[in-house]
Amino acid sequence: MQLTIKYFGMLAEATSITEEQLQIDNCSVSELVEKLIHQYPALDKKDFKVAVNQQLVNHNYIINNKAEIALLPPFAGG
Amino acid sequence: MEKKKLKNVFVQGAISSEFIGTSIAKHQTKTSIGAHNIFLGQVRADDIEGKIVTAIDYTAYEEMANQKFHEIREATFEKFDLTCMHIYHSLGKVNIGEICLFVFVSSPRRKVVFEALEYVVEAIKAEVPVFGKEIFEDQTHQWKQNS
Repeated sequence: MQLTIKYFGMLAEATSITEEQLQIDNCSVSELVEKLIHQYPALDKKDFKVAVNQQLVNHNYIINNKAEIALLPPFAGG
Repeated sequence: MEKKKLKNVFVQGAISSEFIGTSIAKHQTKTSIGAHNIFLGQVRADDIEGKIVTAIDYTAYEEMANQKFHEIREATFEKFDLTCMHIYHSLGKVNIGEICLFVFVSSPRRKVVFEALEYVVEAIKAEVPVFGKEIFEDQTHQWKQNS
């Protein structure tokens, strides 16, 4: 399946990209995060939440379809 | 489908006092309103280990943020007897002393607007994916985090 991965705030800074496409088999959010940290060691120990198609999900959530994944650092609105 | 109708809450740069004034004036025709309440978030010159913040550069996951603003708006109307409600949030650079968040609630009665405004502002701070880069005088930066 094809995933679009979006990085925001300090995570975009850590990876030096804001968005990329990824071809990957069905996986849990934690497996995906592990893979991304392997690819971008600067993500390690960063505090972030994961949204799948604009909904926050926990790390057990299974991604089994084309989706937009966003890595969201702590919110700072207002 | 529904997403196409979402309001865009974001404005580029600081929210001017003229914009806020005009927004208030527009409500003079809504004569069932007896009370307005307004929250203005202002960028603060925080002193962080001897370095002074001069501006915040805001970014957001805009699609999700507008969806969240929409959900907060719906929940607030459900919970409180409001006549109307407006939210504007800055994107991009906002200097210290400038306004970055404008929330405006109106109701026939005052007690409602006091409670509703706090509810909306707290929900925005906790739930909306907006990110802030605090820029110091020497152009270094750190990432803001809501407490």
